[in-house]
Amino acid sequence: MAAMTVHLDVVSAEEQIFSGRVETIQVTGSEGELGIHPGHAPLITALKPGMVRLVKQHGHEEMIYIAGGVLEVQPGNVTVLADVAVRAEDLDESAAEEAKRRAEEHIANPGTDFDYAEAAVELAEAIAQLRLIQKLRKK
Amino acid sequence: MASGKEIKGKIGSIKNTQKITSAMEMVAASKMKKAQERMASGRPYAENMLKVIGHIAHGDLEYRHPYLEEREVKRVGYIVISTDRGLCGGLNTNEFKLVSQDVKKWRDQGVEVDFAALGSKACGFFNRFGGSVLAAESGIGDAPSVSDVVGLVRVMLDAYDEGKIDRLYLVYNNFVNTMAQQPVINQLLPLPKSDDKSLEHRWDYIYEPDPKPILEMLMVRYIESQVYQGVVENAASEQAARMVAMKAATDNAGNLIDELQLVYNKARQAAITQEISEIVGGAAAV
Repeated sequence: MAAMTVHLDVVSAEEQIFSGRVETIQVTGSEGELGIHPGHAPLITALKPGMVRLVKQHGHEEMIYIAGGVLEVQPGNVTVLADVAVRAEDLDESAAEEAKRRAEEHIANPGTDFDYAEAAVELAEAIAQLRLIQKLRKK
Repeated sequence: MASGKEIKGKIGSIKNTQKITSAMEMVAASKMKKAQERMASGRPYAENMLKVIGHIAHGDLEYRHPYLEEREVKRVGYIVISTDRGLCGGLNTNEFKLVSQDVKKWRDQGVEVDFAALGSKACGFFNRFGGSVLAAESGIGDAPSVSDVVGLVRVMLDAYDEGKIDRLYLVYNNFVNTMAQQPVINQLLPLPKSDDKSLEHRWDYIYEPDPKPILEMLMVRYIESQVYQGVVENAASEQAARMVAMKAATDNAGNLIDELQLVYNKARQAAITQEISEIVGGAAAV
């Protein structure tokens, strides 16, 4: 029996990352991890920096990194409006490490024009990228 | 008949003009390619945003955002996106004509209008046109960014929030293809409803965490993305229109040169013939 599917669009301001039918989606919402299956009730939520894990038809998995955005769920289709989205394979580990180190340093010795909120966002993004890279490697 | 020297001078000046127009054509062609890429990469986001907003406009939401309410129209606002530079055919003229017609329709109903002009051509036109210009921004350049439009959008949204305007439209040139650009007027606020029939029952979202901040954030992003997309579409249209206009100008200059060359040859021929007949006449007299 073919599994139920739902149409998913993942777009960032720069490009369309994914468009197609999926069996399930897992995202990092502002309140925690969310799993979306076909036929989910309408839902709208803000997204934190993190990953979108999607299972395409016949069980193919794909991971996408997003740096925040909005998730909208309608019974027939799901839309992720990301600020920035990168396919997990395209993530750059050394750049993420570097960004993390820089953000930590900023928080440790704040300068005069230091913006805590901005630095915290940068740090969260870098950590989310690294976690996704590690997860991808484990498989 | 003009003398040979005069015609030669004319041909020379037209040749110079032709060089300029053909250079501009090539510059526009290469810029158009980049502008088109920018436009194509931004389209999916704007389209999906519009889709989500269309769903939201249909829902029976527990928090009624002011952008969802249809108000009695007493004043309308237009965000008009134009080019910064001229020499791009009838692109701006057609757009402004469309706006003028629309404005006239509102004025016949006793509704006044406000403008926000993006691009120096729109700034110039709407200052002359009458009606109040709330915001003007120009010199965005070839690589626009979202932050370039934020200020202007803020002014119009504030005007909407304060109830100074009850409707907001976005006007820009839609890029159909290289040969055709279509000026369009899109309604931004209140939110246009999607035609999706399956959404017409009563329903509401599940919100995480609260409806207000999420909708607030989404609305601002929606307006910004639509205006930004308008700016990049307009930029692509501008380059395409300029390329076509400059190609026509180069061709016309070529035709003009051919015609003048013919006149010049005739004048030269006539002068030679006259000289010979004078010599022959002189010799016969001797």
